[in-house]
Amino acid sequence: MIPMSEREPSDVAKKLLELAEKFGQIELENVQVVVEELTLQLQPTIAATRGVAALQPSAAKPMDRLLEAEFVKPLEVYPGQVAEVQLGATRSEGGTRSVAVRIGGARVPPFYSFEGANPNRPAFAMDVFDMPLTLPKAIRQHYEGVMDDPAAWAKKSVREFGADIISFNLISTDPGLKNTGAEDAAQTVRDVLNAVDVPIIIGGSGNKEKDPVVLEKAAEAAHGERVLLNSVSTDTDYKRVVKAALEHGHSVVAFTPMDINNQKKLNRLLLDAGLPKDRLVIDPTTAALGYGIEYSISLLERIKLAALKGDPELQMPILSAASNAWGAREAWMKTEELGPREYRGPLWETVTGLTMMMSGADLFMISHPATVRVLRGLVDSLFGIGETDQKIEDWITAIE
Amino acid sequence: MTEKATLLTVYKLLPQTNCGECGEVNCMTFASSLLERKKIVKDCKPLFQDAKYRAQAAKLADLVAPPVREIVLGVGERAVKIGGKQVVYRHDLTYHNPTAIAIDVSDKLGDAEIIDRVNRTEKFQFTHIGESLKLDAIALRAASGDPQRFAQAVALVAKGSSLPLILCSLDPAALRLAVEQKGVYERRPMLYAATKKNWKDAGALAKQYSCPIVAFSPGDLSELKALAKTLRAMGNEEIVIDPGLWTQGPLLKSSVENLEMLRRSAIQKKDKDLAYPIMAVPAVTWIGESPDPKAAAYKESYMASLLLTRFADIIIMHSLDVWALLPVVNLRQGVYTDPRKPVAVETGLKVIGNPNETSPVLLTTNFALTYYTVASDLEATGVTCHLLVLNTEGLSVESSVAGGQFNAAGVKDLVASSNVESKAKHRKLVIPGMAARLSGEIEDLTKWEVMVGPKDSSQIKEYLDKFWNESKMP
Repeated sequence: MIPMSEREPSDVAKKLLELAEKFGQIELENVQVVVEELTLQLQPTIAATRGVAALQPSAAKPMDRLLEAEFVKPLEVYPGQVAEVQLGATRSEGGTRSVAVRIGGARVPPFYSFEGANPNRPAFAMDVFDMPLTLPKAIRQHYEGVMDDPAAWAKKSVREFGADIISFNLISTDPGLKNTGAEDAAQTVRDVLNAVDVPIIIGGSGNKEKDPVVLEKAAEAAHGERVLLNSVSTDTDYKRVVKAALEHGHSVVAFTPMDINNQKKLNRLLLDAGLPKDRLVIDPTTAALGYGIEYSISLLERIKLAALKGDPELQMPILSAASNAWGAREAWMKTEELGPREYRGPLWETVTGLTMMMSGADLFMISHPATVRVLRGLVDSLFGIGETDQKIEDWITAIE
Repeated sequence: MTEKATLLTVYKLLPQTNCGECGEVNCMTFASSLLERKKIVKDCKPLFQDAKYRAQAAKLADLVAPPVREIVLGVGERAVKIGGKQVVYRHDLTYHNPTAIAIDVSDKLGDAEIIDRVNRTEKFQFTHIGESLKLDAIALRAASGDPQRFAQAVALVAKGSSLPLILCSLDPAALRLAVEQKGVYERRPMLYAATKKNWKDAGALAKQYSCPIVAFSPGDLSELKALAKTLRAMGNEEIVIDPGLWTQGPLLKSSVENLEMLRRSAIQKKDKDLAYPIMAVPAVTWIGESPDPKAAAYKESYMASLLLTRFADIIIMHSLDVWALLPVVNLRQGVYTDPRKPVAVETGLKVIGNPNETSPVLLTTNFALTYYTVASDLEATGVTCHLLVLNTEGLSVESSVAGGQFNAAGVKDLVASSNVESKAKHRKLVIPGMAARLSGEIEDLTKWEVMVGPKDSSQIKEYLDKFWNESKMP
């Protein structure tokens, strides 16, 4: 707005008005004024503007005390609620897990804690594969010596890195890789279940024909353990997987590539096939930071808001494969220009996971131990746990 | 403003002559473009040429003004706009004015160090998907406690850098001395900050020199609102609000809540006293004696990222490590990408450089980010080739291979429809490394020899140098 002074002659104002009449508006060094505004501003007082002449000191209106103001919390009402899904079954529930993990159940948007408390914290699953694979160095170095042995890998992830859940991926069943049979794969599932006492997610290889067969056998091997079968999509034999899940007491991930309408459609198909809402987790696709994460942000935000507004077909907890972050070259590539990749890599995954968490994801698949550590600490804080003696009032002088 | 900006309320204030001078078909489509901020009010020329429209032009400007005020920092080419937000969620329209990132500079540093830090901030530049990612401003901290030294440092930076300046001191006398240095106020520096203790003097200084000013009230939104309201009543227009950021424990929880409440109050509850850009300072992760620089930078980076997901319009950071800044500028680019922009690019045959009939034929997807990344990598490394763009419904290679949109039948159709067989004499197709598992099927259907390329397009040049032998082409 135009700085005003009460000492300037009125002809300046008149000229400005004339100019404004002529050109509709005038530009005054970064300030645009339309005629109506100018008339209003100029007529009661007589003004000059910076940009026409040198800046004239313009005195502030003196105030002798701070004006009163009261902040009122801007609350909304949410008629809907996200379903709660339990992963893992304890002995009393017919499984052998020592703890179960509950996710979902949101009543307010993610971390809008001033509106109410969501019942469950986001949970962190760590990736384990059933065969050694090429992983970026920053990840690989944490699993040297266990990559040949999924049970040991899972154990290490729980004991040393604090995984809430193991995400066990049967990639060797891919016909293009080892083409491991479903029976053999099921045996490694038993091995992992015996090695750890946390809930597990069982993933296929991504092969649309074979995955339902593999997941069916895995479901049988994990009878009663309430595992999460990952995943089904519109073009797989989802009925077969749903049947196995119901028979053996498991839950299912519904995966769709980046499309809210397809996600709704798949969810509807699964519910119609008899899968209860509290047995369903959705994966609407997590794109890596720098490679389309914005699509995932808006997708998750839209899904969560729709759920809270009451859309029953989107009221499921959301799974995010934060480890997709490692697909970004910035995460793994060795290049001087971008700084040391041992920090860059985990940070890329951390920021990808954090962004998805703030957008509404409830469950994460993660590769690097630092990501789990950082995100869990962040969740603690966001749930009000912990303390701080940070004196931010004086940050200007308190930073060295 | 009580009326809501809708197609109808906006249209009513237009001349309704459908003259087309604005470049739109009619006044209704202009109204729609105004709402989407593709056009501005002054694009309607008759509204300003004809005196009879004067009153409605002003009404219209008020009606379509964004709920969060837009503020300009600095002058000249590197001036940066902040705020101007219209929506809480980006999917409701788009976010305007990317979060400005300022780098702090302490006046305790020697002059040479100050210049070095400023230069590094100015030169920071990465290109990603055809856009330049940069830092935006310098925040000078009066850390020494000596107003004279602060003023010297400010003068030094004002002279040596064209970046917008934020002058940080809670002592209005120090701010005044700095602002009154030669050549400083003309740069429109932002003053940080007015607090409950110093608002009279800080507010008067900002008003006197027409500088934007930040109201800082850590953890107390009623006080912050009172400060903003008072600064406004003093005659200040360009106000920024900083509710304080703690990065740990329950205070982080309330910091995040405060950001959410501020933006919702401004946009959904139309609280004019809070309708200002929000500032936050992730640099607070560096508070304390000798913090571990790696840990502080790591935390600062993800805190800055969190702020990008929670409405911060301007942030001050301390780390200049590329590895720590890179995620932040990348996330900012994503968050501020217009969600109305199509996800998919045109499919078919593209050329990179001037390919001939022995040049390589490469395959990629029509996901905009994949396509632009591949194309810019090829151009940057000087590859000459034919590039087939497959319709994967706007999905990346990895997602579309998993989701089935990237399939051999689609490749076969693309080879036929693109007429690539008349452009290349050979029959060798380089497919993305992430689509390796489809190589057999693609060979069967297309009868082309499939070569599995690298997983990352930055390595295509190296791959072709090694495996593509033009002399062996037919």
